[in-house]
Amino acid sequence: MTSSQKTGAQILIQSLIESGVDHIFGFPGGAVIPIYDVLYEASLKHILTRHEQGAAHAADGYSRATGRVGVCLATSGPGATNLVTGLSTAYMDSVPMVAITGQVPVSMIGNDSFQEADIYGITIPVTKYNYLVKDVNDLQRIIKEAFYIASSGRPGPVLIDIPKDVQQAKTRIKKIGPVKLPGYHSPSQGHPRQIHAILQAIKDARRPIIYAGGGVVSSGASDELRKFVQKTQIPVTTSLMGKGVIPETDDLALGMLGMHGTKYANYAIYESDLIISMGVRFDDRVVGNVQKFAPFAKIIHMDIDPAEIGKRIAVDIPIVGDLKNILYMLNQKVQEQSRKKWLQTVMRMKKENPLTFGDDGKLKPQLIIRTLSEMTKGDIIITTDVGQHQMWVALYYPTTEPRRFITSGGAGTMGYGFPAAIGATVGRTDIPVVNITGDGSFQMCIQELATARMYNLPVKIFILNNGYLGMVRQWQEMFYERRYSYTNLEFNPDFCKVAEGYEIPAIRVTESEAVKSAIDRALNMDGPVLVDFYIDKEENVVPMIPPGGGQTDFIQEGEAGC
Amino acid sequence: MLKVISILVRNHPGVLSHVAGMFTRRAYNIETIAAGQTENPEVTRITITVSGDEAVLEQVTKQLRKLIDVIRVRDLKYSESITRELVLLTVYVSMDKRQDVMGIANTFGATIVDISEKTMTLEFVGNRRKIDTILHALEGFKTKELARTGIVALPLESQIEQHRTLL
Repeated sequence: MTSSQKTGAQILIQSLIESGVDHIFGFPGGAVIPIYDVLYEASLKHILTRHEQGAAHAADGYSRATGRVGVCLATSGPGATNLVTGLSTAYMDSVPMVAITGQVPVSMIGNDSFQEADIYGITIPVTKYNYLVKDVNDLQRIIKEAFYIASSGRPGPVLIDIPKDVQQAKTRIKKIGPVKLPGYHSPSQGHPRQIHAILQAIKDARRPIIYAGGGVVSSGASDELRKFVQKTQIPVTTSLMGKGVIPETDDLALGMLGMHGTKYANYAIYESDLIISMGVRFDDRVVGNVQKFAPFAKIIHMDIDPAEIGKRIAVDIPIVGDLKNILYMLNQKVQEQSRKKWLQTVMRMKKENPLTFGDDGKLKPQLIIRTLSEMTKGDIIITTDVGQHQMWVALYYPTTEPRRFITSGGAGTMGYGFPAAIGATVGRTDIPVVNITGDGSFQMCIQELATARMYNLPVKIFILNNGYLGMVRQWQEMFYERRYSYTNLEFNPDFCKVAEGYEIPAIRVTESEAVKSAIDRALNMDGPVLVDFYIDKEENVVPMIPPGGGQTDFIQEGEAGC
Repeated sequence: MLKVISILVRNHPGVLSHVAGMFTRRAYNIETIAAGQTENPEVTRITITVSGDEAVLEQVTKQLRKLIDVIRVRDLKYSESITRELVLLTVYVSMDKRQDVMGIANTFGATIVDISEKTMTLEFVGNRRKIDTILHALEGFKTKELARTGIVALPLESQIEQHRTLL
């Protein structure tokens, strides 16, 4: 531009491009018209969703699939409040995101103006940080800070609320120096004394186990972890967020831990004398009863966030820093050590407690996921929603690489998976993306079928349709005397016809024999496809430890009312 | 257990919401909160008294340090800090009892700042113990209104110096 003055909206889009953003997900409205006017001819691609919640989840899915900062855009008031669930989802799982909202003009803030909401106040508890921009001269600096805060340290979502008059106001583009935030610094190097203490504890341990989580993914520490495991031969269990940090097909991989974890992972934790935890937060769904957790073990906790250490579990050896760096330092010095007896014990646990499911002729969800796994061998990205299907995927689909299993872990947001898959396909055109969902979850963001169609995004939607809100129904069966209060959906639309309405091809599968060919067809078709699997309606997720139970307190299938 | 935490934050609108919001979200109990300028106009000091067991109090400090606007967090140990609170108290006092209230005020160094037909207003400053003592001494008079600023505190440099030389 020849004119040296630019509008706030122009500065915003230019700054996004300079921050490396190539796609944003959004939905227009009155308070963001100036921004959309700039987008009309910007090099940045805008993906138009059908609901702001879809935009937020898509930005989140984009971020998780690529490791880059996801960006979403919404108007003021209801547009902004529709982002809140998406922000909370990203916040709970430490996903770097920048959300931009329009706001009523500065002079009208506080007057209950049309489409005004205090999104700054509303999002304080669900963002890492947030801004209300009152002066166009602050905009460049704020955008730079927002990207820095979102992606550094423990990542998280940042919201920038921009009043309409700030979008329209003009100012000169300035040279912006490095980010200066006197109260914000994230430690990178682990303390050498703690590294030493960890090495000593590993040397002394006879039954060590690694418990790895989402922090390993965020840090990009997966390769270092694999080296560490190869050298030490210590078995690895992961949290839901840690799936894929080592190939789950590996002998030393014990799968997921906790309430719906594998029996062998939970037994191994129970018997271990040293838990090497990294990038995890000892969530209540993992630990269960704090008093009964790993009674014989010393606990090492590595995390970039000092506030995670000692939050739920007393830790023996804490170390604060970037996991990639900590693991690198450990790999330099850790000794190869053979613990034959312990490995034999763990392998026996694995062999004696395999994941199994019934074979009564009904279409089993586990069979569908296992078949998908056999056909794709880990070379797809799976996104899920929340509930039974999520746990079946976690258990039955061995993930082989980080960022290939995308799910709402902490927040447990139904409606997340499909828009997240849209974001993932936008970010990763090189790998197929499958959204495995439930009939309950899918209806929470079903409107995004239009987005998938409009951009011909090759999202493969697999609905595990049992006509129930299955996970709650399972709890009602087990803990509420089968009183299925409002978990039977009774009416569901014909999902194939719904897909047809959106001009998306659909396949219905009602028999086990048809699973393989349906998956094969879906994966080989261009563009979006929906597969509606009519699964066994009352299949449960097992293993299961009841809430508040210890690591060995498994419910046996068929054992009700405990 | 009570703990006094002194926080330095960047001075901008919204910073109090961020600090107070963290306490609400994590269900910590704020007993008192006082905010005001420091020697640096870009920095505000917030002094918070918070209650909870040791684990909770440690979490409070860590969560505060995580806030982007928080520059510095300092736990002030009772023995190594000076804490003060200002109190304004209006009590109902009949004419014949005014002398009694003045006597109590004199004893504790409180100031009488207002007298009406039926009431007297006292101003006093002190640490928690002193304030409790004065309030206790005035229990015989019905309170009309009470206003407390909440605790402000600074480390006692002399004590810290001494402590260092002993080490």
